[in-house]
Amino acid sequence: MTDRIADIWGERTPHGSGQAWPERVDQVLAEGLTDGDVDRWVQSACVLCSNGCGCDIAVKDGKMVGIRGRAQDRVNRGRLGPKGLYGSWQGEQHRDRLTRPLIRVDGELVETDWDTAMGRIVERSKELLASKGPLSHGFYTSGQLFLEEYYALGMLGKAGIGTPHMDGNTRLCTATAAAALKESFGADGQPGSYTDVDECSAIFLYGHNMAETQTVLWARVLDRLDGPNPPKLVCVDPRDTEVARRADVHLPVHPGTNLALMNGLVRELFANGWIDEDYIAEHTANVEQLRSVVEPWTPEKVAETCGVQAADVRRAAEIFGTEDRVLSTVLQGFYQSAHATASACQVNNLHLLRGMLGRPGCGLLQMNGQPTAQNNRECGADGDLPGFRNWENPQHVQDLARLWNVDPGIIPHWAPPTHALQIFRYVEQGSIELLWISATNPAVSMPQLERIRHILDKDSLFLVVQDIYLTETAQYADVVLPCAAWGEKTGTFTNVDRTVHLSEKAVDPPGEARSDLDVFLDYARRMGFTDKDGQPLLDWSGPEDGFEAWKECSRGRPCDYTGLSYDKLRGGSGIQWPCTDGRPGGTERLYTDGEFPTAPEYCESFGHDLLTGATTGETRYKATVQPGKAWLKAIDYTPPHEEPDAEYPLRYTTGRTAYHFHTRTKTGRSRRLNAAAPDPWIEMSVEDAARAGCQEGDIARVTSRRGSLEVPVRVGDIRPGTVFAPFHYGYWDTSDGGAAAGSGTGDPAVVLKSDGGPHRAANELTVTEWDPVSKQPLFKNAAVRVEKLRSGDGPSKAPDTTASRRATGAQ
Amino acid sequence: MKLPVYIGLLDEAEATLASSFRVVADGHGDEPDVHFILQTFAKKCDAHREALKPVIDRYGEDIEGEEEHRLTANGVKEVRSGPLALMLDLQDLYVLVNHIDVTWMMVGQAAKGDRDKELQGVVEQCEGDSEVEIRWLQTRMKQAAPQALLVAE
Ligand code: SF4
Repeated sequence: MTDRIADIWGERTPHGSGQAWPERVDQVLAEGLTDGDVDRWVQSACVLCSNGCGCDIAVKDGKMVGIRGRAQDRVNRGRLGPKGLYGSWQGEQHRDRLTRPLIRVDGELVETDWDTAMGRIVERSKELLASKGPLSHGFYTSGQLFLEEYYALGMLGKAGIGTPHMDGNTRLCTATAAAALKESFGADGQPGSYTDVDECSAIFLYGHNMAETQTVLWARVLDRLDGPNPPKLVCVDPRDTEVARRADVHLPVHPGTNLALMNGLVRELFANGWIDEDYIAEHTANVEQLRSVVEPWTPEKVAETCGVQAADVRRAAEIFGTEDRVLSTVLQGFYQSAHATASACQVNNLHLLRGMLGRPGCGLLQMNGQPTAQNNRECGADGDLPGFRNWENPQHVQDLARLWNVDPGIIPHWAPPTHALQIFRYVEQGSIELLWISATNPAVSMPQLERIRHILDKDSLFLVVQDIYLTETAQYADVVLPCAAWGEKTGTFTNVDRTVHLSEKAVDPPGEARSDLDVFLDYARRMGFTDKDGQPLLDWSGPEDGFEAWKECSRGRPCDYTGLSYDKLRGGSGIQWPCTDGRPGGTERLYTDGEFPTAPEYCESFGHDLLTGATTGETRYKATVQPGKAWLKAIDYTPPHEEPDAEYPLRYTTGRTAYHFHTRTKTGRSRRLNAAAPDPWIEMSVEDAARAGCQEGDIARVTSRRGSLEVPVRVGDIRPGTVFAPFHYGYWDTSDGGAAAGSGTGDPAVVLKSDGGPHRAANELTVTEWDPVSKQPLFKNAAVRVEKLRSGDGPSKAPDTTASRRATGAQ
Repeated sequence: MKLPVYIGLLDEAEATLASSFRVVADGHGDEPDVHFILQTFAKKCDAHREALKPVIDRYGEDIEGEEEHRLTANGVKEVRSGPLALMLDLQDLYVLVNHIDVTWMMVGQAAKGDRDKELQGVVEQCEGDSEVEIRWLQTRMKQAAPQALLVAE
C-alpha cells in the first residue's frame, strides 16, 4: 500500500462500465507489528465519514492495533482512505481521553463517580419536569452514534419525557438530503446505490467535493474514469477541487446561486425535449408548474447570475439530457447554501423528468456527511418520528404509541419537531433549561460561534455533555459523561446507500467510560420511565435488544429492517435496507417501478412550500396528491440575503479537507492526519490575494459582520471573489487551550482567549440563518473582507495534495 | 359602481401589510426565519401594489368615505417585548393577511362578474401569495405557542 497521506486515493484498479469494482485491500498496523502479531480481527465499519467502509479491527493484548478493509464488502471492496487508516483507532488512544465523569464544583470541572454524575442529572431533570414540564428539556445529538443509541434516545425523549426539542448535528450536514427526498418522493430513503458508479455513463456532482469528503467513493469514480468507456463528469463547485480537475464540464458558480443554475438545467431539458413524457405522465405530478418556474432561466441568464459560461451550462444540460445512465450526487455545496431544499429538489426533478431512477447507473445519491446520520433520521433522535412516520398523521402516532405501550398524548406531534438552531434559541431565551449534548461539538460546528458560546455559558442552563474527549463544548458543561468510542462498543449503522453494518466491540473502553447506549438506558431507569402497564419503557439489556426493538418499529415502513439480525450482518458484506423476509438479501435500488411513497396514509410528510417552509397540511395534501406519483416541486431563484457589498466585498464559504473529520476531536489526535493538515488557513485566488496585499503564508484577518479569523493565507485556484476556510479547527489544541483541555479542568475562558482570542474557527464568521424547509444552516453564504495583518514566515500549512493546493503556476 | 372603493381598500391594506411585515421583521431580528421570510412577504406586497396600478389607472381609486369603510386597524407600528411578543406580533399579521385574503376574494368575484380579465389575472396571482402567508404564519405560531405559553418567562 502506498503512503496514503501523499496518495489519498491509492493505486488505481480500473473497471469498465458494468464491471464489478475490483478488490484492493488496504491495511495499517501499529508500527513494528506484522499480521502474525495480531491476536484477532473484529468486524466493523469505519465511522469517519458517511461512506461506511467495511473493515476489521486488529486487536493485540486487549488493544486496537490496526485496521484492514473488508474485501467482501460492497461499499469499499477492501479499500480504506486516510482517515480510516490513520485516524480510526489512533484517534482514540490519546492521553486526553475522558475516563471518569466530571461535575462542576465551584465553577471547576472535577472528577467524580457515575452515581454522583447521573444523580445530579436525574435530580435536575426531575425538578424541571415537575416545575416546568417536558418543554424545559432539549437533546442535541450527533451523526456519529449507533442506531441502537439513537433509538433509545428517541424513545426516552418522545415517550419518556415527551419533548419535541430533539435534534442532531445531522441538521448541519444531512437535513436537506432528508427534506428533499421527502418533498419529492414522499419519504426519506436514498433511491440509488453505490453500484451505480460502476454502471453510469455520466456522473454529476453538485456541491460535492467527493474526493475529500468520501475518499473511497471517489476512488471508485477514479477507477471508472481511468477504465474503458469512462463516464462523463460534471462538477458544480466554486473551488478547483480534484473533482473539478477531472470534470468534462466544471461550473464554478458563485456561492448562493445554485438554484439559478438548477432552474437553468431543468429548463434546458424541457427546451430540448430531453424528457420522458410517458414517465412524467405516469409517475409525477406538477410538471406544468415546474415548466413555468424554470422558463425564464435561459443559459445566458444563468451565466450572468452564477458567473459561469452559458456554453458550459448548455453542455452540462446536454450531457444530462442525452446520456442514458446518469448518476447524481449532492452534498454540502447545495445543502449548506441558499435555497438548499429547492436546489436539491431540482436534482430530483432532473431524474424524474428523464425517468432516471431505479435502474442500474441511473442513480440519485442525496449524500450524508456523517457516518450514522441516516440512523438519526430513521430512529427519531433528530425530531422526526421513528420509522419515517409522519407527525401530522394521527394513525402514525397511534402506531408508535401501541408499539411502545404509551399514551399517544405524550408523543410530541402537536407541532413540527424543533430544529437545532431553534433549540439553541430557546436556551438563549431561558425556556430550555436542561440541554443534553451527545457526541458533538456545537462550540465549533454551529454558525456564529460568539453567540453559541454565550448560550452554552448561560447561568440558567444545566448542560450535560457526553463525549470521548473534553471538547470545546464539554468545557461549558455542568456534567461531563465519558463515553466509549468506536471499537469499544457494539452497534449497527447505515451509510449513504442504505447499507447496514454491524460494528462489534473489539476492546474495553478506557477507565470508567461507558457506551452511550448504557448512559441513555441508565438515565431512563433512574428517571423511572414506564409504559402504560408500569413496565420499564426501555428494558433492553444491550444493543442487540435495541436492534430487535428497532426492527419492530421499522416494520412495514420504507426503512424496513425486519429481515436483518446481528447474526446475518456477521461475516459477509453490509446489507441494504429495506431487508425483509420477502427480500432477505436487501434492496439495491428504490423506486424500480416508479411507484413513490406519496400516498397520504403512508408518506412521511405532507410537504412544505419551498420558499417559506409553510406546511402543506393534511387537508390540502389529500386534495392535491396523486398517490404513488412523485412531486415535481420548484421555486424561482432570488438572491441570497447576505451578498457582497463595499464593506464586505468577498463571498465566504466553508468546507472540509480530506484529512480531518468534523471538529478534529479524533483526527486532530492522530499524528499522521494532524501533521497533514495541522492548522487552519484561508484560501484566496491570485487576484484577491494581490488586491489584499497578501502573499502565500501571510497572516490575514478575515472579517464578517459576526466575527473575525486570523489565519495564514493559501493562494489557490479558488474562483476570484470567493474565499474558503476549512471548518474543522477549534480551540482545544491552541497553545494554552490544549493544555487546559488535556488536564480535564479546562476553563473555556482561558481556551478561547488563548492565542489572542477566538480567531481560528471558520464559524466565527458564519451567519445564523437556515433553509426554510430543511432548517439546515447556511454555512456557505456570508460576505467578508480580508486584510493583511503581517507577513508570514513561510507558506501556509494547507495541504498541497487536495483542493487547497497552491495556485497553478504559483512559485 | 363601488368596485373602485374596494380596490382602494386593497391597495391601502397591501401598503399597511407591507409596512407591518417590515416592522415585525426588523423587530425580531433574533429570529432569523421570521426576519427573512417577513421581508420576502413585504416585497410580495409591493409587487401586488405594482400589479394593481394599471387597474387603479383604469377604475380610479375611490377613497371617498374610506374612513367609514375601512375594516382594518392601522397595522403593526411597533413590536412588542416579552416572552409572548413574537406570537402576538405574528397573530396581528395573521389578522391583516386574512383580511387582505378575503378582500382579494371579493374583488376577484367582482372581476369575474365584470369579466375583467386583467383584474382576474392580478387576483389569481396575489391570492396565492396570501394563502401561503397564512399557512406560514400558522406553521410558525404552532411551533411557538407551546413554548411561549407553557415555559417561557
Ligand atoms: S472513505 Fe470514509 S468510511 Fe471509508 S475509510 Fe475513509 S473516512 Fe472511513
